[in-house]
Amino acid sequence: MSAPPPIIEVHQLQAWYGARQVLKDIDFQVQRGEIRVIMGGSGSGKSTLLRHLIGLQRPPAGSVRVLGVDLARASVGELLGLRKKMGVSFQGGALITSMTVGDNVALPLRELTRLDENTIRIMSRLKLEVVNLGGFQDLMPAQLSGGMVKRAALARAIVMDPELLFFDEPSAGLDPVVSAELDELILKLRSALRMTIVVVTHELESALKIADTISVLDQGQILVTDSVLGVQQCADQRVQDLFHRRPRSIEMDVDAYMKRLTDERA
Amino acid sequence: MFQFVPTALQRLGHASVAAVQAIGYGGALLAESLSFAISGYRRGQPLRAHAIFEQMRQVGVDALPIVGALSFTVGLMLGIQFMAALGEFGAQSQVVMAVAKSVTREFGVLITGILVAGRSGSAFAARIGSMNVSQEIDALGVIGIDPVRYLAAPALIAMLLMMPVLTVFANALAILGAALYCSPSLDISVAAYLLQTLQQITVGDIGQGLSKSLVFAVLITIIGVGTGFGVSGGAEGVGRATTRAVVMSISAIIVADMIFSYFLNR
Repeated sequence: MSAPPPIIEVHQLQAWYGARQVLKDIDFQVQRGEIRVIMGGSGSGKSTLLRHLIGLQRPPAGSVRVLGVDLARASVGELLGLRKKMGVSFQGGALITSMTVGDNVALPLRELTRLDENTIRIMSRLKLEVVNLGGFQDLMPAQLSGGMVKRAALARAIVMDPELLFFDEPSAGLDPVVSAELDELILKLRSALRMTIVVVTHELESALKIADTISVLDQGQILVTDSVLGVQQCADQRVQDLFHRRPRSIEMDVDAYMKRLTDERA
Repeated sequence: MFQFVPTALQRLGHASVAAVQAIGYGGALLAESLSFAISGYRRGQPLRAHAIFEQMRQVGVDALPIVGALSFTVGLMLGIQFMAALGEFGAQSQVVMAVAKSVTREFGVLITGILVAGRSGSAFAARIGSMNVSQEIDALGVIGIDPVRYLAAPALIAMLLMMPVLTVFANALAILGAALYCSPSLDISVAAYLLQTLQQITVGDIGQGLSKSLVFAVLITIIGVGTGFGVSGGAEGVGRATTRAVVMSISAIIVADMIFSYFLNR
């Protein structure tokens, strides 16, 4: 019996910012039902990888398939269908600031379904209850704390009951207690709603707690993808640096260094 | 010695490419907005009536007091100038005609255009720009709501509907202003002045102003919205974009007005 096809398949993905290559031939798969954490330090390319996975950027080379749809080749209709099956919670929440929390959560239902207003209201309040924000629907996003914004964004991301959820930096900028609560929430979502969840983070503690599998990204390359235990035991020096919070040893290339200092166009 | 020549040429080249790019982008934005207005419903991206009404209120109804006040003032000013200038030739009786034609063909729509560019063009740029900076545009995109359909198309339709209305309103108040100043010196009642105006203006005069108002509506919306979508660089970027949108749309309005006047009055 063959294994079920992966829910996300990335093949030889490259990404560039100008002349700088941020992603170098990434191969990446996520299986249905797992919680995958993409870990890496700042500038490792994890945010860029996420932007490609959610179809906000077109790959110059390589391919990204999500739920069987090739993002670069999909028609507008196929993309719309795919977007209904996935939810994204952005790092800063990205709630629409001119709308109440309730309207923000109801937005996907209002714009993409033909449900009546009563059903929409009940469904969006239900999802606010799931993230422990019951009764907050009439507040504006500016009136919420950082942790509440993230939870509201999460409620909006799951309001269409997606098969696949992306979560960008759940614990960035939050105190340890609130970020631990968010971790619990992610685990709860997976068991209650059977979602496949991809979390991008640089928080080691949170990654170890929620992940089934971890991909470690460094300088645009995936160093290792394995179970939590497997990654912890990985011999690679850079993976160990990340896990033990050691500063990176910087290799010096004298020629490149001189070029950067003297090049007029740099 | 002549090193600055290639640099200057290079700059000119870059600027030209950027200008062509901007025009192409604006055209694409216009075409896309209109296509959403026409066939969005069939494609699952319907234009919401309440979004259009809300925009109509913001760009149109809310602008009535200021447009009215300034048009009235411009009307007074034109009355004063024409009385003085035509008085030199003893042609004061032609003032009614001169005011009527210049207001309906030129000044009503120009004042409206400049005011709406300052009020709404900047508002489009600021709103969309700040949404862009806080990833709200990205969020709309991944939810499956096309940002052009959701933000640009309602603004465009509202502007196309409200600019002509504001122009007619501005025409009426400007002529009223001139009537109040001129009628005592012409020894006729205000009612008689207005009656004479109605007898002397043609459908063509009004049509000239109204056709310009549609062109201005497109220019203001596309420049405001387009600049907003192009914002990068945080709060400062939003500020720059807002200024840029106002300056560019007022310049575009004046140039377009000149071109129109040339072709319509040959």
